[in-house]
Amino acid sequence: MTGYIIKRLIAMVVTLWFIITLTFFLMHSIPGSPFNEERNTSEAVQRNMEKFYHLDEPLYVQYGMYLKSVATFDFGPSIKKSSQTVNEMLGRGFPVSFELGIVTLIVAVFSGIALGIIAALRHNGFIDYLAMTIAVLGISVPNFVLATLLIQQLAVNLAILPVATWSSPKHMILPTLALATGPMAIIARLTRSSMLEVLTQDYIKTAKAKGLSPVKIVFKHALRNALLPVVTVLGSLAASILTGTFVIEKIFAIPGMGKYFVESINTRDYPVIMGTTVFYSSILIIMLFLVDIAYGVLDPRIKLHKKEAS
Amino acid sequence: MEKVLEVKDLNVTFTTYGGEVQAVRGVSFDLFKGETLAIVGESGCGKSVTSQSIMRLIPSPPGRIADGSVLFKGKDLTKLKESEMRDIRGADISMIFQDPMTALNPTITIGEQIIEGIMQHETIYRQDARKKALEMLNLVGIPNPTERLKHYPHQFSGGMRQRIVIAMALVCEPEVLIADEPTTALDVTIQAQILDLFKDIQKKTGVSIIIITHDLGVVAQVADRIAVMYAGKIVEAGERREIFYNPQHPYTKGLLNSVPRLDLDGADLIPIGGSPPDLFAPPTGCPFAARCGYAMEVCDRVYPYKTHLSRDHHVDCWLQDERAQKMLAGVK
Repeated sequence: MTGYIIKRLIAMVVTLWFIITLTFFLMHSIPGSPFNEERNTSEAVQRNMEKFYHLDEPLYVQYGMYLKSVATFDFGPSIKKSSQTVNEMLGRGFPVSFELGIVTLIVAVFSGIALGIIAALRHNGFIDYLAMTIAVLGISVPNFVLATLLIQQLAVNLAILPVATWSSPKHMILPTLALATGPMAIIARLTRSSMLEVLTQDYIKTAKAKGLSPVKIVFKHALRNALLPVVTVLGSLAASILTGTFVIEKIFAIPGMGKYFVESINTRDYPVIMGTTVFYSSILIIMLFLVDIAYGVLDPRIKLHKKEAS
Repeated sequence: MEKVLEVKDLNVTFTTYGGEVQAVRGVSFDLFKGETLAIVGESGCGKSVTSQSIMRLIPSPPGRIADGSVLFKGKDLTKLKESEMRDIRGADISMIFQDPMTALNPTITIGEQIIEGIMQHETIYRQDARKKALEMLNLVGIPNPTERLKHYPHQFSGGMRQRIVIAMALVCEPEVLIADEPTTALDVTIQAQILDLFKDIQKKTGVSIIIITHDLGVVAQVADRIAVMYAGKIVEAGERREIFYNPQHPYTKGLLNSVPRLDLDGADLIPIGGSPPDLFAPPTGCPFAARCGYAMEVCDRVYPYKTHLSRDHHVDCWLQDERAQKMLAGVK
């Protein structure tokens, strides 16, 4: 197990290095520079600025310097907001984004699994069709459309929830709802289909023949086996929730990381682009790693240290 | 002898898109204490459906016990509430399924899978349940059971898994054990071991066993009585020796002729031609008539009545009718 984890950690660092390299060169291949818009700056000032941020150096030197700073977890100062460093921006924006993301993930996973189980148990019944209609709607309606609809109906027309911003639990309801519906729908459909498959397995019949109650059969015998495909998509769902937060944060004026991320690309704020990308990639890589670990916990047949044993 | 289970005129149907399949059509049999009854027949004859109907384990819908009764200790199992039926499953009547590779839950240790069955039916401390599970594993011949209790199904071979399945089924000391093709998925040497285990356990616990199989070799080894099923009906039943040495139904004879024998040349293997009838619309006459070498006009039209040849050897065949007997004597 530890051997496996060490191997995975090394692979994670390599993956991250690929992402850094790709982002770095892609970013510099976009035309324009951080100082393009400011028409009033004289050429001398611009050259001084470029010198200050090392933008006058050849690309490979910049790349080398950047790698060094990432290795020390220092993403440097922002070019556009000269009073802030990227680390400060992450420190301020990430907790908010994280809160939104985690709450969304929890809501999506639990309601999705619950909906899937109910649909599977009432297979081809009214509840099944209802749940799956909701699921198809959830997958097809983009979260920004849902967000504006929710604001219009619940916040403006009925005025029972705040329109935007992020200050109390009440403020969290609408953005979470808008963001969680899509992933919830995906999880519900997956849970339903894998649950239906598991329920026809012989060991479910064995459990019934033992005289176990339906509750025990579903939760102890069926669910654990049915969850593997759900866990598989959890990694990529977490990613889609993370990126989904950018748009939702914009709509609900939530002071998370999404704002910095989108702005930085528009203004070619190189250090911020790099910082946020690297940061998000790391989170995603860690999520995928956790998913792989979860496999082994759920299904004892999956051995994470296969190579060692043989 | 004490009757443990009494199945009377059981009818089971399945509703499908193509119509209603009459999988079991009026099956009746008794099971006595401590005996082994074998139900034999080819695939699709309704033997598995019969056994699962006793436990009320047929998927419903589409399956439905349309008629008949299953009496166990004076209770009609077909009329019990689902919760009452749950108390019987595993505690009074247990079941073993065909494939031990899929019958155990891959994500739960075998210890837990045995213990949960005990905890379901008995008011007992977990440690005591664990002790019971250990004893049971010992009984079915799992070496080093204390250690093995913590293992998952994939860490066992097929034969070992079938032993675990048997242990699981017997741990609550049921009175009836239904084994649905318990050896079909195992290789031949393991088959013999498992069959010996059945006999051994029956001697120790006095459990009554219904064994469902299409393997006449298995039947010869373990059965006290045999019921031959064809197209959803029991066409002949009787004591093992009578069925093997004095079969009366042409189908039973056909089955016995299609078993390879060491003392005869391979050329003597005679398969039964044709295939079983469509159970969407079962024939009004004898379902075997179309494949039967002795078929008469009456066989196509009317289902034969039951003829008792001895105390419990009976057969459904027109050849037993005295008019047919006369005709046969004339031919000779």
